[in-house]
Amino acid sequence: MRNSKGPGARGRFTRREILTGTVGAAAIALGAKDSEGQGTAGVDTIHKPGHGPTPIGTRSPAEQPKRLPSPISSRTPLQDLDGTITPSDLHYERHHAGVPAVDPGAYQLLVHGMVDRPLTFTLDDLRHFPQVSRICFLECSGNFTPSGEQTTAGALCGLTSQSEWTGVMLSTIFKEAGAHPQATWFLAEGQDAAVMTRSIPIKGAIGEAMIAYAQNGEPLRPEQGYPVRLLLPGWEGNANVKWLRRIELADQPFMTREETSKYTDPLADGTARQFSLVMDARSIITTPSYPHQIGQGWNEIRGIAWSGRGLIRRVDISTDSGQTWKTATLQQPVLPKAHARFRYLWQWDGKPTEVLSRAIDETGYAQPDWQTLQAVRGRRTRYHQNPVTGWKIGADGVVRFGIERVRS
Amino acid sequence: MDGIGDQRSGIGDRGSGIGDWGFGIRWFVVVATLLVGASIAKAQQTPQRFGIGTPATREEIATLDIDVRPDGAGLPLGSGTAVEGAPIYAQKCAACHGANGEGGAADVLVAAEPRTSAPFGPAYESWRNGGKDVPFTIGNYWPYATTIFDYVRRAMPANAPGTLTTNETYSLTAWLLARNGIIDESAPMTAETLPKVVMPAHARFAPDDRKGGPTVK
Repeated sequence: MRNSKGPGARGRFTRREILTGTVGAAAIALGAKDSEGQGTAGVDTIHKPGHGPTPIGTRSPAEQPKRLPSPISSRTPLQDLDGTITPSDLHYERHHAGVPAVDPGAYQLLVHGMVDRPLTFTLDDLRHFPQVSRICFLECSGNFTPSGEQTTAGALCGLTSQSEWTGVMLSTIFKEAGAHPQATWFLAEGQDAAVMTRSIPIKGAIGEAMIAYAQNGEPLRPEQGYPVRLLLPGWEGNANVKWLRRIELADQPFMTREETSKYTDPLADGTARQFSLVMDARSIITTPSYPHQIGQGWNEIRGIAWSGRGLIRRVDISTDSGQTWKTATLQQPVLPKAHARFRYLWQWDGKPTEVLSRAIDETGYAQPDWQTLQAVRGRRTRYHQNPVTGWKIGADGVVRFGIERVRS
Repeated sequence: MDGIGDQRSGIGDRGSGIGDWGFGIRWFVVVATLLVGASIAKAQQTPQRFGIGTPATREEIATLDIDVRPDGAGLPLGSGTAVEGAPIYAQKCAACHGANGEGGAADVLVAAEPRTSAPFGPAYESWRNGGKDVPFTIGNYWPYATTIFDYVRRAMPANAPGTLTTNETYSLTAWLLARNGIIDESAPMTAETLPKVVMPAHARFAPDDRKGGPTVK
């Protein structure tokens, strides 16, 4: 506090700053800028009290996890995370015209179309309805971007994250507006610069759909739709429209750009699959993964598995490049349409191999290999790819992405 | 509903535990239990409506309701041809999508060969014969012409979305359709003509048939 500039300006703490106790304030100022773990190295913690209480908690300066941004999205660093809840600031983001700065005081949600009572709701209105919370994953349907041996788990499939979402059931809102029984679809529209729209089938969505206004106990992050988004547990991320401004009930889909020219699956038989909203079961080993290095002896293989159709029933692990499979332990509680954490104890003998995971969900669907997907979908399908993926372990214990396994 | 059941059974257990206290007290407990049970049940009832929200006016709805459906619902009065669209495209779209819709920083809009086939499936694979892939475009993949109007009006141009006039949007829609060989250069696109345009890829689209279970689709 005496050092108003803080050490962030040059990214280093002096011994004096550490010893005089300005590190606490400094660490806050430092924020995410530090990538070298400065601020904890060599600090004597037992001969001097630490910094006092603060209004906002921060990560240790030694921990600086980062998402992997591209011009249109930012991926969760799956390889750096434990458990199943994604820290909100590491939740993936994907948008079509940037993140809008929505004024919560001016916010309104319009519900109209095939309803008895077209209504607008303020943020306070939505918060006034009975509240529900639910832990579930979100996943962009374009969540498969292998590049080479130096692909991290996050770079490969970090367009999935998990939060506890809080809001009001969409069915409650539909009742309030008096939804017509003849309405079979609704349009969800965002107030971003793309005014992004998707048509959602009511029958499939209404049982679990939520209008969410909170994420992990606090208002939504702007990147996740602040102040209000649609939440469709288990369905492709794009349909979970963010910055939700309008819902229009209708008796047919609107055939928006995102559900026709994008997010559809051109198949080997010459047909294009449309409204393929449910995300099929998938898993990814996050430890060990590139750029980790392991040693001989006991290693615990860890990762996450999820299915848009419900519960993960089992995760199989292969430590011999797919020749044999063993059952992993699932961390309880396993929740429907949610990332489940799996682990498998393995004694590495020091010989080069590849470790793989395969998710099986409660419907009996087993995560397929790349060749099976290519055979049934053809080679031009761009979305909804969920192949079994693996990590190659070299004789030196260096872990690399098994790119060969997902090459056409 | 589960919550109500839990609370009721909790009170019931307590009631049976004081059964030796005598007739009067027992009746009191029974009546009290019923009353408490009834009030709990009442508190947990969900009303048909909460009376939350404000009735939306016609004007409010009209301001926001910009969507256009395949049957033409939502298309405004106006008109435009490809000839009229050409200079607008050159000025507002070409920088990202290429002078002729061949793509650039943004998507390819105009289909290359094959004109008669989609860029996927058995016919395409046989036509392609190991050659270079053809991109997905408006001409070879978009199933509805109305989607072009809807999307251009709401989201384009990317650096100033929502600034095109109705006639500019019709003209650009016509230019894109004409360049893809779907309509004539001079054919005006209006609320009547646009929904009647049949896109080459229209019949290829089918709803999702995945249902979970052991079959990979």
